[in-house]
Amino acid sequence: MELNSRAPSGPLEKKWSNHRFSNKLVNPANRRKFSIIVVGTGLAGASASATLAEQGYQVKTFCIQDSPRRAHSIAAQGGINAAKNYQNDGDSIHRLFYDTIKGGDFRAREANVYRLAEVSNQIIDQCVAQGVPFAREYGGTLANRSFGGAQVSRTFYARGQTGQQLLLGAYGALSRQIHSGRVKMYTRREMMDVVVVDGRARGITVRNVMTGEIESHVADVVILATGGYGNVYFLSTNAMASNVTAAWRAHKRGAGFANPSFVQIHPTCIPVHGDYQSKLTLMSESLRNDGRVWVPKTKGDTRKPADIPESDRDYYLENKYPSFGNLVPRDVASRNAKEQCDYGKGVGTTGLAVYLDFADAIKRDGRDTIYKKYGNLFQMYEKITDSDPMVEPMMIYPAVHYTMGGLWVDYDLMTTIPGLFAIGECNFSDHGANRLGASALMQGLADGYFIIATSIAHYLGTHKLEKISEHADPFIDSKRWVDDRISKMLKNSVGGSAGKFTVDEIHKELGRLMWDNCGMARNKAGLEAALEELPKIRKKFWDSVYLPGTNKEINQSLERAGRVADFLEFGEIMIRDALAREESCGCHLREESQTEENEAKRDDVNFSHVSVWEHAGNEKAPVMHKEPLVFEYVTPSQRSYK
Amino acid sequence: MSSINLTLKIWRQPNSDALGAFETYLLDGIHTDMSFLEMLDVLNEKLTKEGRDPVAFDHDCREGICGMCGAVVNGVAHGPEKEVTLCQLHMRHFQSGDILVIEPFRSRAYPIKKDLLVDRSALDRIIQAGGYVSVNTGGTPDGNSLPIPSQQAELAMDAAACIGCGACVASCPNGAAMLFTSAKISQLALLPQGQVERKTRALAMVAQMDEEGFGNCTNARECEAVCPKGISIRNIARMNKEFLRAVLAEG
Repeated sequence: MELNSRAPSGPLEKKWSNHRFSNKLVNPANRRKFSIIVVGTGLAGASASATLAEQGYQVKTFCIQDSPRRAHSIAAQGGINAAKNYQNDGDSIHRLFYDTIKGGDFRAREANVYRLAEVSNQIIDQCVAQGVPFAREYGGTLANRSFGGAQVSRTFYARGQTGQQLLLGAYGALSRQIHSGRVKMYTRREMMDVVVVDGRARGITVRNVMTGEIESHVADVVILATGGYGNVYFLSTNAMASNVTAAWRAHKRGAGFANPSFVQIHPTCIPVHGDYQSKLTLMSESLRNDGRVWVPKTKGDTRKPADIPESDRDYYLENKYPSFGNLVPRDVASRNAKEQCDYGKGVGTTGLAVYLDFADAIKRDGRDTIYKKYGNLFQMYEKITDSDPMVEPMMIYPAVHYTMGGLWVDYDLMTTIPGLFAIGECNFSDHGANRLGASALMQGLADGYFIIATSIAHYLGTHKLEKISEHADPFIDSKRWVDDRISKMLKNSVGGSAGKFTVDEIHKELGRLMWDNCGMARNKAGLEAALEELPKIRKKFWDSVYLPGTNKEINQSLERAGRVADFLEFGEIMIRDALAREESCGCHLREESQTEENEAKRDDVNFSHVSVWEHAGNEKAPVMHKEPLVFEYVTPSQRSYK
Repeated sequence: MSSINLTLKIWRQPNSDALGAFETYLLDGIHTDMSFLEMLDVLNEKLTKEGRDPVAFDHDCREGICGMCGAVVNGVAHGPEKEVTLCQLHMRHFQSGDILVIEPFRSRAYPIKKDLLVDRSALDRIIQAGGYVSVNTGGTPDGNSLPIPSQQAELAMDAAACIGCGACVASCPNGAAMLFTSAKISQLALLPQGQVERKTRALAMVAQMDEEGFGNCTNARECEAVCPKGISIRNIARMNKEFLRAVLAEG
């Protein structure tokens, strides 16, 4: 597998403009001769579809939900970063670049991250022009808020629904192109396979989830914008349909998968409260500005929080990190919460929670001030848990939130399969080993609005593609493979449900295995044990999963089964990647790699690289390749929050 | 943690062409901390284990923002609680022994595809008819070159908060989609970016609404009562004004 990043040479701030100039173009009159498939309609997919259609290409766009507006970008709350420096507080493109690459613990490519910071300002202009109702100052200018990992105020927002408003902006642009006929929209389609012809991506195979029909779609270029794989853990803050299937099928057809073990665990989520739970809900990180995190000093203390006197409480973050206290970064806060619960000091009915207490802040600033700041979050918490944080401490626990790993792409966002591109969360490109808040929206829209069209023009301008029909052998073969796999999945169900397992039961088992062994803190023994265990769960799935219904109707169990089958394969490269990375960095702690103070220890000498996995065949171990990371403009430094 | 026992009467319909009917299920030991959709998950696991067909329903984000979930519970779209979607409705709002009648969102423009799952693509086509500012990517002026009064931006945001769940249609005695359509028309009529296409937008979106078979507003206010995002029917008044202005100006 050849990993040529195609990162342009020349000075950092000239790389993107030089690259755009040296890339080939397609004449406006010729663009209508080319067809492009976009899979996914979140920020990246919707913005890319609209932009490419406006430029004149024929676009076919696919989404799994009933409408392109449902994609999970819609749930992003906080905001979107841009280096506008509207606040005159010292921001610049270079500072946004530096904060992002440092936040990622120096595990991302300099050229990519700089470009992201560079186009960030255009994103804001674009969204304003679309009528996105960003928050405004009384004078009418755009308002900003501060966010973790930055000392400037650069985050643009629309109440707590920034993701929703940006997505509806992109959905509007997409809807306009659907109306004009330049985008053909296919909803309720799940991508099942990438079709590769003569070494190039030339189409996809999809399943119509309303009818069960397997369809072939042909194009000159395929773009995946299919999001992250956090649901491998079963419980995460992702939407229920978020999955790895599209990315995984691309991987099996030859696309390298980069840094699969880089997963972000968010510290402030509402804890799990029962086996029936289907998803986790994020509470904004801003709560840690005024809340104090604590657990009882002694194990198994089951008194009510109000009955535990000050002397019996352990404010572990304040004690351990006196200078940052409760405001340590996400990874540190998450890891310490887990550590306390592992000691048996966790609270709540499951013992898997810590307190986030506002009593002191209320005493200091008054009820009104605190309620004004956090009232909407408190209401949301109360709606879910039936407990009022103004009266008793909140309970929080870390949850899987975002996946930095993804399909390996070069500077043009092309995977190792020529003609197959990956944008948004489904690629690995910009966040290194940890993503800063308000950067995911920025990356999705940067890729879709401002980067991908240049790459597509260059690819089409430099390759001659033969016409191909959906009846060509590779399409027929792909369809047959998809059909066979579904039949295999359904065959166990003929004899009824007795002695069988449901899809969710097996998914939960996989989730527990991954969370326990490949979560926030990992060690060699645990990872090796998980690698032993995983094939057994996989076998259990294929031998005894029970699926009601048939393939020729709406069958939501079958849809979930297909996704779980892929998670069961994908989990293996996550574990292998975590095993191979014998350093702590970004979001995860490798227990063997700690400083004397028990903090994460990065190892730049041996691990300053992207690990890229190649599929070697179904019965063979995957092969790891490395793309070395070279830092010319920043000097990697070790983080400390003591 | 307490638990309750429920009787569920759920609309079962194998596909659009088949006849549907209510089926009754007894469900015991439902934890009151569960969400409504998690309660349906528990039912579906049980049905699957018994080798029966689980209930099909749409859902995705399960945090009240994607707009994909929704059903009518005891006659009320998204159930008895104010300003929540079905996924954010929790079982503590029900009592042990309750009988819950669960039906799909019903409207002439929402064909039932299976059980509680309906086709709301008509709403997408209304947006496609003109629910946007026709601006291409690139070449847009600096974000701050267009000052917008904070109050105006907030009013636009109130309208823009619509999640497109379509509960308004299911609750309207006339099957109107006017709350949905007016939310988008209002958002853009309130902002300077929306001025250029203000008239054509109102005409095109209203025409599409009619073409899809949605009814008209008679101020029953049922839509506003069930809207999970608290969208006000003031938006409908604004849409009527926009439409009238456009008709008079454009003939």
